Amino acid sequence: MIATVAAVSPVANGAVWPGMRWAVARDVKLALRSRAELGVQLLFYVIVVSLFPLATSPERNLLGAMGPGVLWVAALLASLISLPRLFAGDHADGTLEQIVLSPYPLVALVFGKIVAHWLTTGLPVVVLAPILGLEYAMDAEALAVLTTALLIGTPILSLLGAIGAALTLGLRAGGSLLALLVLPLYVPVLIFGAGAVDAARAGLGADANLSLLGAGLLIAIVGAPFAAAAAVRIAVD
Amino acid sequence: MSINWFRYASPATFYPLAGRLIPWFAWAAALLAVAGLWIGLVVAPTDFQQGDAYRIIFIHVPAAWMSMFLYVVMAGWSAIALGFNTRLSAMLAQAIAPTGALMTFIALWTGAFWGRPTWGTYWAWDARMTSELILLFLYFGVIALRHAIDDPRRADRACGVLTLTGVVNIPIIYFSVQWWNTLHQGSTISMTKAPAMASIMLTGMLVMSFAAWFYAIAVALARVRTIMIERERSGAWVSSLQEVRNA
Repeated sequence: MIATVAAVSPVANGAVWPGMRWAVARDVKLALRSRAELGVQLLFYVIVVSLFPLATSPERNLLGAMGPGVLWVAALLASLISLPRLFAGDHADGTLEQIVLSPYPLVALVFGKIVAHWLTTGLPVVVLAPILGLEYAMDAEALAVLTTALLIGTPILSLLGAIGAALTLGLRAGGSLLALLVLPLYVPVLIFGAGAVDAARAGLGADANLSLLGAGLLIAIVGAPFAAAAAVRIAVD
Repeated sequence: MSINWFRYASPATFYPLAGRLIPWFAWAAALLAVAGLWIGLVVAPTDFQQGDAYRIIFIHVPAAWMSMFLYVVMAGWSAIALGFNTRLSAMLAQAIAPTGALMTFIALWTGAFWGRPTWGTYWAWDARMTSELILLFLYFGVIALRHAIDDPRRADRACGVLTLTGVVNIPIIYFSVQWWNTLHQGSTISMTKAPAMASIMLTGMLVMSFAAWFYAIAVALARVRTIMIERERSGAWVSSLQEVRNA
């Protein structure tokens, strides 16, 4: 891996798109080579979602009201446990240092890694959501809104999570500290995401919540890669 | 004569200045707190709707204001520290964090005690209370990250990035009242229209706010002095200090 980074020609200086493409392709390829790990993270999501009815009640009305929130909380937790994948491996074997030194803009590389992280951990959660939603007796419309909300919201989780993942690189107590740093930042996504389904169920329409989620996604895309890149630089120095 | 804006950006010159300022702010805070509590507990009349329970606002509202304001101040110093790579700014941001967390905790605690007689519940999942709780977690996150990193310079910059990320939460707190239609009453103080509360109550609250503000300044300055001598203990200016030589 180190060799591929070093082989980048100096012409790449300032090249945003090639850098991003390289980072996405590399991280997706690496993730697909450890499919078992991805599968375990997805199973974590499935199991967390399946536990809540056992802890409360199999009553259909209660499940319908609870379902969107449970699926969202589980998506947050699934995102949280997958965050160390983003930088920790590369940090441990020195690749991250090479990435920082490469002539590509660091922001582009970090953004590419975030995109790859979402494709391999966020997108499967979105795809599974409508199936898991059936456990909670949700109707077709609620399922459609839930999936749309997750589709807009889970990239925000990867973007914000990248900042926390980079800040906690190489620290003791990294895992629990990561949760403390990242989960409060996830709260607005949770509120608007679960709120979208609640609003749709109440007949108010999910547009307002989905628009706010979309606005959040745009802000996160513009800001988070820069913060994450700064955090990576701090961790590598 | 040109002003040297950076004269007090050095710990060696700021340390004695902070030492001279602390008594002023501490005494101002104490006197204002006595005056504010006297206005709030003795002079201000009993509210015709809420009874005497409303008097908690003389603590609650200043603490809630300070909790948000201190986060913004901390973010401002963090931004300066990251932008200009100044040591003292990062130390100030570090010194403000515990006071901010304390104010947030007081706001939540007194809010619960006010909510019990007024709303009939200690806790409601209202937007502003929830945002204040998240703010407390943000403070804890910054403090925890600081303690997890051994190298103070790396901790400075990491906490700076985290603080600036978290500052996005402040507008959410402020606008949450409009975004969600909930149990919590709307903001009573308004810059544009006449205040809906009796002016003596408003006076008491403002006096208490200044007391909280000056307290926060005094405590942050005292804390930043200890951070300065702890971090620069190998520096010549620290070992030449009177209190260090006598110790």
